[in-house]
Amino acid sequence: MKLGIDLEKRHGSFSLRIKTSLSGDRIGIFGDSGSGKSTLVHMITGLLTPDRGELRIDGTTLFSSRDRINLTPEQRRIAIVFQQAMLFPHLGVRANLHYGFRRCRPEHRKIRPEAIIEVLNLQNLLDRGVNNLSGGEKQRVALGRAVLANPRLLIMDEPLSALDDSLRYQIIPYLRSVSEEFRIPYLFISHSITEMQLMADDVLLVANGELAGLSTPDQIARNHMAGSPRGYLNLLRLGEPLLRDGLYHYPWGQGNLIVSDGKEQGESLFELSSRDIILFKNHPEAISARNLLECRVAEMFESDGRKGVVLESGGKRLIAEIVRTAAEELGIARDVTIFAAIKASAFRRLG
Amino acid sequence: MNLSPQDITAIGLSMKIAVCATALSLPFGFATAWLMVFRNFRGKVLLEVLVNLPLTLPPVVIGYFLLLLFGRQGWAGAALRSAGIEFIFTWKAAVVASATVGFPLLVRSIRLGMESIDRQLLQASRSLGASWYDTLATVILPLSFRGMIAGSSLMFARSLGEFGATIIVAGNIPGLTQTIPLAIYDYASSPTGASMALSLCAVSVTLSVVILLLHEVIGKKLEVRRSA
Repeated sequence: MKLGIDLEKRHGSFSLRIKTSLSGDRIGIFGDSGSGKSTLVHMITGLLTPDRGELRIDGTTLFSSRDRINLTPEQRRIAIVFQQAMLFPHLGVRANLHYGFRRCRPEHRKIRPEAIIEVLNLQNLLDRGVNNLSGGEKQRVALGRAVLANPRLLIMDEPLSALDDSLRYQIIPYLRSVSEEFRIPYLFISHSITEMQLMADDVLLVANGELAGLSTPDQIARNHMAGSPRGYLNLLRLGEPLLRDGLYHYPWGQGNLIVSDGKEQGESLFELSSRDIILFKNHPEAISARNLLECRVAEMFESDGRKGVVLESGGKRLIAEIVRTAAEELGIARDVTIFAAIKASAFRRLG
Repeated sequence: MNLSPQDITAIGLSMKIAVCATALSLPFGFATAWLMVFRNFRGKVLLEVLVNLPLTLPPVVIGYFLLLLFGRQGWAGAALRSAGIEFIFTWKAAVVASATVGFPLLVRSIRLGMESIDRQLLQASRSLGASWYDTLATVILPLSFRGMIAGSSLMFARSLGEFGATIIVAGNIPGLTQTIPLAIYDYASSPTGASMALSLCAVSVTLSVVILLLHEVIGKKLEVRRSA
């Protein structure tokens, strides 16, 4: 998808001016609350009229103040998933799901209700009312409803913010499988770096109503490493563990990672803070940490006085964080071989 | 219970007028509430004052204004006459009087219902491909249903009790425009009408209680259905 944005909007004392062109199917919009993310996406969907500018998607002009074009929201075919599920309370689950599908022109109906019901695992919810669904179930229905409208672009406006941690990571696999299965380009709006890492390839940074840059989720996570309370979070998708002595041995690269809080069935997502990796110059003889990896330093980067060390082990990468003096004392530089120790309990299972 | 055939006619007429006034006002009430809740326009405050004015004005004053408007000299009266419609001192005038007096109650209830609709629901509907009137019909209308029921029952009850405006524009003609309150007024001013007046009062109380009960029951039912 190609998106050309050149929009201006004044709203009381807040003013927004964003000009950029993007291409990609998994685009993140990252910024603090009040930075103008929501204003921007509302203008893209047509729910808010810009003061001036132009908006194009894949060669179609949705808005142009010069040519006096302003397609209505229903003509734009851009569906939104909000922070709250916003299901129609007077309709059941099935009628909610079909709301957009029924209004979609037959030639655009590529995604069928049966397919989305299966992917989102909604079979058992179909005949229920929407008011006694749990938060996660509601959000799944909302996602299904938006996708079934067969939009040219899907906007997810902080769809996980209203959910608690455990639910959030239960929903993410659904979001991912929907985007993989149905290939709908999306804009994912969030202020969570982890969500960006999981959901976006490219990220638009928005601050104070202006474009603060184009970046990648990894770059944002690196830039926030020193400032964020838990450092850089390595995200690892691990599966098929062997359970030995109460610990889970997950295959990773050419070796194993030993994790205390694992799950026997299926794939799990783990997060590992860059601050929970301890580096040794030489092989330590005996340590309590269950994971000791021999690594090559692939790259080093700065983040507010801290050093980020990109470690490569068996074809996989991890980022560790150390202070500058430690880097000097250990003589850590590119292509040096070092040892990384990680406690089995340092891996936090997200879902 | 002591009801004369004339009283029965008055009861029937009261019901007919209240039903017609409510049915006539409902679409306008819905449209007005929608304008006030979902639209921003110049003169919104003025509309608000105008809609609520009958709440504070003495009904007699409203009746007098209606008489000016629909009377021989009034432009609405002239227009109706040229169309061959006799209006003043007929039951139709009583309908318009009731509708005017009860309108603010109707709009208030519908408005309360509409104000509780989350705007994002409407945005969701639009982004799912619904045009604004589609959203109006499939989201706003069903979600305003409770407010409409509540407003209608209040308005219906208010219409049954309408006196001041009605007596001015429709008069007090037994069998033609005499409603329950007007009949009670007649009995109360005659020395022998005490028991007749009391019977009609009992009918009035019964009708009001039934309407309020219905109002509660329907409200509860809708609530249950929505949370089901």
